[in-house]
Amino acid sequence: MAMVDEPLYPIAVLIDELKNDDIQLRLNSIRRLSTIARALGEERTRKELIPFLSENSDDDDEVLLAMAGELGVFIPFVGGVEHAHVLLPPLESLCTVEETCVREKAVDSLCKIGSQMRGSDLVDSFVPLVKRLAAGEWFAARVSACGLFHVAYQGCTDVLKTELRSTYSQLCQDDMPMVRRAAATNLGKFAATVESSYLNAEIMTMFDDLTKDEQDSVRLLAVEGCAALGKLLEPQDCVARILPVIVNFSQDKSWRVRYMVANQLYELCEAVGPDCTRTDLVPAYVRLLRDNEAEVRIAAAGKVTKFCQLLNPELSIQHILPCVKELSTDSSQHVRSALASVIMGMAPILGKDSTIEHLLPIFLSLLKDEFPDVRLNIISKLDQVNQVIGIDLLSQSLLPAIVELAEDRHWRVRLAIIEYVPLLASQLGIGFFDDKLGALCMQWLQDKVYSIREAGANNLKRLAEEFGPEWAMQHLVPQVLEMVKNPHYLHRMMALRAISLMAPVMGSEITCSKFLPVVVEASKDRVPNIKFNVAKLLQSLIPIVDQSVVDKTIRQCLVDLSEDPDVDVRYFANQALHSIDGAAVAQS
Amino acid sequence: MNGGGDDDEVVAASADASPPLQWRFSQVFGERSAGEEVQPVDMISAIEFDHSGDHLATGDRGGRVVLFERSDAKHSSGARRDLEETDYPVRHPEFCYKTEFQSHDPAFDYLKSLEIEEKINKIRWCQTANGALFLLSTNDKIIKYWKVQDKKIKKICDINANPSGAVGNGTVANGVPDANISSLRLPVVTSHESSPVAKCRRVYPHAHDYHINSISNNSDGETFISADDLRINLWNLEISNQSFNIVDVKPEKMEDLSEVITAAEFHPTHCNMLAYSSSKGSIRLIDLRQSALCDSHSKLFEEPDAGGSKSFFTEIIASVSDIKFAKEGRYLLSRDYMTLKLWDINMDSGPLSTFQVHEYLKPKLCDLYENDSIFDKFECCISGNGLRAATGSYSNLFRVFGVSPGSTETATLEASRNPTRRHVPVPSRPPRLGGMAGRGSESAAGVDGNSNNALDYTTKLLHLAWHPNENLIACAAGNSLYMYCA
Repeated sequence: MAMVDEPLYPIAVLIDELKNDDIQLRLNSIRRLSTIARALGEERTRKELIPFLSENSDDDDEVLLAMAGELGVFIPFVGGVEHAHVLLPPLESLCTVEETCVREKAVDSLCKIGSQMRGSDLVDSFVPLVKRLAAGEWFAARVSACGLFHVAYQGCTDVLKTELRSTYSQLCQDDMPMVRRAAATNLGKFAATVESSYLNAEIMTMFDDLTKDEQDSVRLLAVEGCAALGKLLEPQDCVARILPVIVNFSQDKSWRVRYMVANQLYELCEAVGPDCTRTDLVPAYVRLLRDNEAEVRIAAAGKVTKFCQLLNPELSIQHILPCVKELSTDSSQHVRSALASVIMGMAPILGKDSTIEHLLPIFLSLLKDEFPDVRLNIISKLDQVNQVIGIDLLSQSLLPAIVELAEDRHWRVRLAIIEYVPLLASQLGIGFFDDKLGALCMQWLQDKVYSIREAGANNLKRLAEEFGPEWAMQHLVPQVLEMVKNPHYLHRMMALRAISLMAPVMGSEITCSKFLPVVVEASKDRVPNIKFNVAKLLQSLIPIVDQSVVDKTIRQCLVDLSEDPDVDVRYFANQALHSIDGAAVAQS
Repeated sequence: MNGGGDDDEVVAASADASPPLQWRFSQVFGERSAGEEVQPVDMISAIEFDHSGDHLATGDRGGRVVLFERSDAKHSSGARRDLEETDYPVRHPEFCYKTEFQSHDPAFDYLKSLEIEEKINKIRWCQTANGALFLLSTNDKIIKYWKVQDKKIKKICDINANPSGAVGNGTVANGVPDANISSLRLPVVTSHESSPVAKCRRVYPHAHDYHINSISNNSDGETFISADDLRINLWNLEISNQSFNIVDVKPEKMEDLSEVITAAEFHPTHCNMLAYSSSKGSIRLIDLRQSALCDSHSKLFEEPDAGGSKSFFTEIIASVSDIKFAKEGRYLLSRDYMTLKLWDINMDSGPLSTFQVHEYLKPKLCDLYENDSIFDKFECCISGNGLRAATGSYSNLFRVFGVSPGSTETATLEASRNPTRRHVPVPSRPPRLGGMAGRGSESAAGVDGNSNNALDYTTKLLHLAWHPNENLIACAAGNSLYMYCA
């Protein structure tokens, strides 16, 4: 056996620590359960370790979670599939703990094991386990049972199958809403294993019960079931049984149910097919877009593009576009924001002419929205619309929007727009950028907020990558070099930061000729923070420039710094010197 | 201990099917001996029965939660059901101490420079997932979710790596591994007697700017609400770092503040309905289905303006201190300073009936205001069958009213071993139901028989709870828990 190689003492410790008082040690032992099992051998694992674990179900959640996970892949350690059933008892007791994530993991592992078990073992041990859990006194057991039926059902005898179906139907009507929710969640999975003859009769009856449940939380989950069941049914059955339910749900009293419909609509459309989508779901969707609850409109607005993809452009223009126009002036900023994040995607669907005619006014009004998130969302998806109608039509409104965002008083908004500047630059082109945005980029380097300055420096690097070193040499480098002379030490520091980011992009030549002299000059700054940043910067330049430059200029500068009165400056200078030596050693 | 209801019998000849109850002393926990001074931290501040009535929890000012367990029905549930079916001479529930734990500790909010008291404001029981007990407890700011489970005390023996054995194992391990592997043993756990252990499962912090006055579980078993003076938040039991604000009555300018939330409770069966009461005496029913933010109510229950004389105190004493839904959820009980009111949630024109709790205090409102007693928040409770309701008063008295139509039952009891000791029987007049006309005149009747007794404002009975399916009331008098049955 493989265990011979394992040194014994560590294993003895691992075993002992299964019951240590320190949770970290117990956790460690449980995570290495396979090591213990290998040492003990298959038989002792079956006869001693597994029963021992079965007694262990009152440990901390973390330990139980780890145990539930380990047991799922334990079949090889107990001697293969013919012994898989010994793993069921410990997992069964984990199925009854109150912590949801532990139960779910245990159910997961049981499914893994069950799907590998031989048919006879399944009938002898797995199915009885499911039945026991389903009849459990407390709801935790019954909740867990719901997740096991789809595994138990396959490879069962007909008699047992009938019994399982009727048990599941009881779970769908359980007193506890938690159990009904679990039954609703797992109905799709179970239905997928049930023969189609029972699908229409029994499963659909259970489904109907769940869709009429008095608890909103159960009906919510039934919505998700619509899509899953719809895909299993024949198209005509789906239209007859599922479609009315969806239409009903889209007018449910509870906004949360309608919200779910709005969220799931795309999947539901797929389930019922294109014809019904056009005739029945378009009106339902239009209702959701005009729902009086903002949360529902947010969900519906976010799906506008996906939904239009299912329709032809005419229908979209006829039915959806009027709602989109209304939503663009919705009273809730979150609705407008959700719309702004997807509306650009409608341009390719509608084509150039319709986009100019119908969407452009909406884009423009959203670009002027008072809420920065809305404007940001439009700008972030600019590339999609650029492909269809070009940017020129937008650029008039774009610039004021960008400038306003760039100077917004909330720094998070400024940060967000900086992220999009490289994208904007690539879409708008060099010319536009030079005129309008260049100054902004330099302004960010001197922002009051560090995160903005840092993002501004990073932005310069990304621009240099986008437009190339030559362009950067003309448009960025002079300003940055100028900033090194700024009277404010924080601004000088940011210039150094920008140099360290840009140097790899600009290449060795420009770095040596333009950056290095300035950096060396900065090493004589009166502020220690500047000096140790120079040391760090020089260290980062070592791999970029030639060895000769390192030896000639950088080393000397660092040696000077290493004799600085300030302890931090000396520290970083020495660090950099070490890395020069390190590089030299590596080369030789 | 008996004869408690002789005054009630006088007027028992009403249409009501259930005869007036004879309340008897049942049990007391933490009884004060004569002259013993009550420590403030020991004062009980919350009482709650669980859904089955087999457990009772109390919370105190010291942040402790004490659990009691029903001891008379310990035998198997089947046998108990048999007993009930055969209509045995009624056995009264008896409770015994189960365990206690420190739920909350005093804390300090450094950002606001505020002390956070450890006092338990409310306890609510949750559905049990696996036989352990689960409950929510809250102080002013932090809600906690507790699990109490019988745990066997375990002793571990049979360790592999004891100091002497370790050497042996270590040295020969590389030589003859097979011989040693068989010597590896799993720890053997010997369990001794079990004892209940409480474990904090979750903490729901940082969601309330003001003091939490209520928590309430939803019938869906996965959500609960917490209410403070100005806001109500909705939580999922499993998610402690996120809650949704569903009601916000905070005005834009705090100067405009005229009304605060005093209590909130979910409907017992309809997952989408909840009621909250205000300091102006109104109760609002809201429907969570209608919108995500429930600032507009779907129903408003208010005492219709009777006109008449209004005094400085009118608004203060109108403030609702507690609301409770009856079991089926159609009726709602509310308590304000002077009265107990029963509402039908299908009728928003006014309360079904109003019961005067301590009408004799009316002339003394000025004194009560001076010593702040007028702001005392009395709780109320309703019996499982919805026929009776109880609420507290001063001098450790509490009153039980028959609230079913036609019932004239009233009883005044004192939280002591002899609940009817101080009670001077006065025949009570039948309360008038529904009609507005009669309500004002009731006050003159002196429904309560205590007008002669000197009142002790410091001994007030604020907290009490009715057993969900027996006639058993648990009430707190200072640090003592008294139980009465009928």
